[in-house]
Amino acid sequence: MSNVIQDATPAQAVTGPGKDTLSQRHLPRWAPAGFAAVSVALGIGIGAGAGLQSRIQWGLISAALFVVISYVVTSTVENRRQAKDRLATSVVWVCFLLAVIPLLSLIWTTVSRGMKVLDAYFLTHSMAGVPGFEAGGGVYHALIGTLEQVGLATLVSAPIGLLTAVYLVEYGKGALAKAVTFFVDVMTGIPSIVAGLFILSIMLIAGLAPSGLMGALALAILMIPVVVRSTEEMLKLVPNELREAALALGVPKWRVILKVVIPTAIGGITTGVMLAIARIAGETAPIMLLVFGSQLINTNPFEGAQSSLPFYIWEQYKVGSEASYDRAWAAALVLIAFVMILNLVARGIARWKAPKTGR
Amino acid sequence: MAKRIDVSGLTAYYGSHKAIDDISMTVEPRSVTAFIGPSGCGKSTFLRTLNRMHEVTPGGRVEGKVMLDDENLYGKDVDPVAVRRTVGMVFQRPNPFPTMSIFDNVAAGLRLNGSYKKNQLAEVVERSLKGANLWNEVKDRLNKPGSGLSGGQQQRLCIARAIAVEPDVLLMDEPCSALDPISTLAIEDLISELKERFTIVIVTHNMQQAARVSDRTAFFNLAAVGQPGKLVEIDETERIFSNPSVQATEDYISGRFG
Repeated sequence: MSNVIQDATPAQAVTGPGKDTLSQRHLPRWAPAGFAAVSVALGIGIGAGAGLQSRIQWGLISAALFVVISYVVTSTVENRRQAKDRLATSVVWVCFLLAVIPLLSLIWTTVSRGMKVLDAYFLTHSMAGVPGFEAGGGVYHALIGTLEQVGLATLVSAPIGLLTAVYLVEYGKGALAKAVTFFVDVMTGIPSIVAGLFILSIMLIAGLAPSGLMGALALAILMIPVVVRSTEEMLKLVPNELREAALALGVPKWRVILKVVIPTAIGGITTGVMLAIARIAGETAPIMLLVFGSQLINTNPFEGAQSSLPFYIWEQYKVGSEASYDRAWAAALVLIAFVMILNLVARGIARWKAPKTGR
Repeated sequence: MAKRIDVSGLTAYYGSHKAIDDISMTVEPRSVTAFIGPSGCGKSTFLRTLNRMHEVTPGGRVEGKVMLDDENLYGKDVDPVAVRRTVGMVFQRPNPFPTMSIFDNVAAGLRLNGSYKKNQLAEVVERSLKGANLWNEVKDRLNKPGSGLSGGQQQRLCIARAIAVEPDVLLMDEPCSALDPISTLAIEDLISELKERFTIVIVTHNMQQAARVSDRTAFFNLAAVGQPGKLVEIDETERIFSNPSVQATEDYISGRFG
């Protein structure tokens, strides 16, 4: 008994990082913010003192200082394990900021420079009769082109991609399924210019003229593997129990797939298709080769040259006048908005179609 | 219309692995037959051979005969889809279709088979839910998703779904293992009612449950891990639990196993 009482002396309990107590010294909650402030101040000081011109260098010095300072201070005040924890957290934060800064900068630049000429007139007029170096004109013909080409590409690739994924997940086994998976993987890596050249060679052999449809076919080649991959993942997420439950009711397999498996995964499949659309909406190379580009409104994707948003951006930037730069940025903003709207629509559909859990 | 099951010389494989070996037994109509035995002895595999669900598993194949009254389920021209309409199944974990409402879940069997008259559907759903003792709990929210029910209710929903297609035989693969005692009691009462109309086969790890609900009990065992499971004996439940003819059965039931 007397030993126990001696061990529990108050002096040890307060000071000790020893084994008798569970509490220890802690840095205040605002410590990370403090480290950040100190390291940014030091980074600016060192950068200015050493005469470094680039703000990026200042930022990198601050980031490195932040990681080092938080590790050193924490290991002296708290202990090594806490310091390692803090180190990992700081590295994650620094990486997050490094990833986000370029993204924000990109959006900021596009919005601030694109808003100059973006208005209803810009959206509803083509470049017909407008010399490239003068102000005026608009993006309507390119917007029409993008919508039609991307729409046609989706019409071609969504059914092919969906059915391929259904085959791979529900039926495929053995050599054929492995071969399909392999070629889908290879197709994912095809550069867009190669897809364009492939369709171009077919065009030359068959004697076809450039049109929106030809561009759409090249875009479909790029889109199919993305649709297959994402749909495959979504179908694999459908629990096997649901398939078995339906099969045990005496439902034929094709109806199980059609009425149980696909409806359960439809939200994710839609998201996948939308992301694939977003990926191909920005392709320029196949459009240059196969659709030729145009200054005029051509609403028929099956005949004659068309324009598209990425092609329009490239074309306007090439002209090199102040007015055409403004138009290029505005078109870039339109393209980003188009992709963002698609993403929002996809999320909406995914939420709306997701299996309900509510009571 | 309950039917008799007559199994003879049934052997099932997963690829090259033999899961159950040479099983023969008779399951009487309008009765409950329980399968008991240690994990991995092939109870569930055997159950799944009774409605040709075993071959859904990649590599699954079967040798032998399963007679449903006077028709061989593994006969040459037999369509597995038709077999599964006659022999329904309830699974271990409740698995209502997440995209469907309670009503649609029960109607799923009829709708997906395409063999129904529209005006009958509501009637069938009501009858099945009443048959599964679930009607009073869900009649005001038939359009709500089935996944919003409690685990025990979901399992009864799955039973309602299975009996809505009017099978002759109902297979149950540990239907209560994911449920609490009260839901288990509800399902056991339900089984006693359902045996008036169906031939019921139930796999269970719960010896008391087998003793409570079943008329006949079959004990499965395996010689060693990796060996195929075998049927040790099948007899009246009372006899199996009081005076089994094989020593291994008594050891297993009294917990002196292994």
